[in-house]
Amino acid sequence: MVSHFEQFLAMGGYAKYVWSAYGLGVIVIIGNGIYTARIKRDAIAKLKRRYRT
Amino acid sequence: MRAQRKQRLWFVVATLTCVAFAVGLSLYAVSKNINLFFSPTQVVQGKAPKHHLFRLGGMVKKGSIHYADKGLEVSFVLTDYKSDVTVHYHGILPDLFREGQGIVTQGKLNNKGLFVASIVLAKHGSKYMPRVVKEILYKHKGSSHAT
Amino acid sequence: MWTFFYKMSSGRSFYQLSGRFIPFFALASMLLFAYGLVGGLWLAPPDFQQGDAFRIIYIHVPSAFLSLMIFSVMTFCAVLSLVWRIKMADLILQVSCPLGAWFTALALATGSIWGKPMWGTYWVWDARLTSELILLFIYFGVIVLSHTIPEERTAAKASAILTLVGFVDIPIIHFSVNWWNTLHQGDTLKIFSKSTIAPSMLHPLLAMIGAFAFFYGWMCLSRARSLCLLKDKRARWVEELVKSW
Repeated sequence: MVSHFEQFLAMGGYAKYVWSAYGLGVIVIIGNGIYTARIKRDAIAKLKRRYRT
Repeated sequence: MRAQRKQRLWFVVATLTCVAFAVGLSLYAVSKNINLFFSPTQVVQGKAPKHHLFRLGGMVKKGSIHYADKGLEVSFVLTDYKSDVTVHYHGILPDLFREGQGIVTQGKLNNKGLFVASIVLAKHGSKYMPRVVKEILYKHKGSSHAT
Repeated sequence: MWTFFYKMSSGRSFYQLSGRFIPFFALASMLLFAYGLVGGLWLAPPDFQQGDAFRIIYIHVPSAFLSLMIFSVMTFCAVLSLVWRIKMADLILQVSCPLGAWFTALALATGSIWGKPMWGTYWVWDARLTSELILLFIYFGVIVLSHTIPEERTAAKASAILTLVGFVDIPIIHFSVNWWNTLHQGDTLKIFSKSTIAPSMLHPLLAMIGAFAFFYGWMCLSRARSLCLLKDKRARWVEELVKSW
């Protein structure tokens, strides 16, 4: 089982290329997701401040 | 549609047409330089530059790869199935370098008509398939196949 | 059809309708990501030529597809904005642009990572790679333009026109591999003929393209909704909505 997993990680010798490409993909997807959530949070905070006063 | 809107639509259409026309003309003007490489036939016909660097692309001819006994020297023949050009190269080859593979090389022609390459790049096909399927498909066609 | 677009020019109906789409987009995107990642990294067999390196396709092709798709969406919005003055089109264009730029950058970066082991180089100035790089700069241009013009209406109009002009790059990118000799290979996925990829490799690829597309839809609508609230901050419906939270 462990050797299977190691084989999977090795990606037939292309590990550094495959995993760096997937890593960049994950960074872009997660990063944009977080930024979207922040835009929403900031907008709501701004509006709440506006209507409170 | 209101007249004003129609006018704005025409503005959009006109902008697109003008830009497309301009870009199309410029691309047409430089279209020869956009091609990444010359083919062996063009080289044999003397259409490739004689004294400076250019790129040559073609298939590696079967049985034409000769490795030097030591070092990284290699020579092979590039073909477009009409003409052949022999290439000399000293350096590390990409993983996909093999017989029948599409290759793009950069270098110069020497006086004997040999192409002395300083860069060898592999061009691969747009086909993707598992190894097993490929073995079944090409069992009778010989070992090498690439587009 | 037209009544739909006219309805979308009102912030309130846009906000309500997009709210109904977001959970669907989010769910579809996550399910497809789950299948696409497992399928692409694990279930799909190694390629006969490229071995496991071909798995980069599952990131590279979806992001390249999105780079073109997002710009097409932006162009559609630019026309809606310039001709029919639909306000929501400006919002969609504005929030799509950075997303498109990110996916273009991702397509270029993953392509470069893929090129090193397979082609033997990170970069080559062939028509496909160069035209995609130009697209990235067009995206940057639209972002910069919309941020440097202080007056909202003028900024929107200028970005729409630049988007319209930049659209000529899209067919050039798409057809570059057919028009010129390139190091980049031709298209694998074809609409009118059989794709040149084995089904076991194709299904995760389609799933990943779908996942990326739904993710874009999700992010785009969500950001546009936030901007829509800010834009309509003087409207009664926004005040009532915010106070109800």
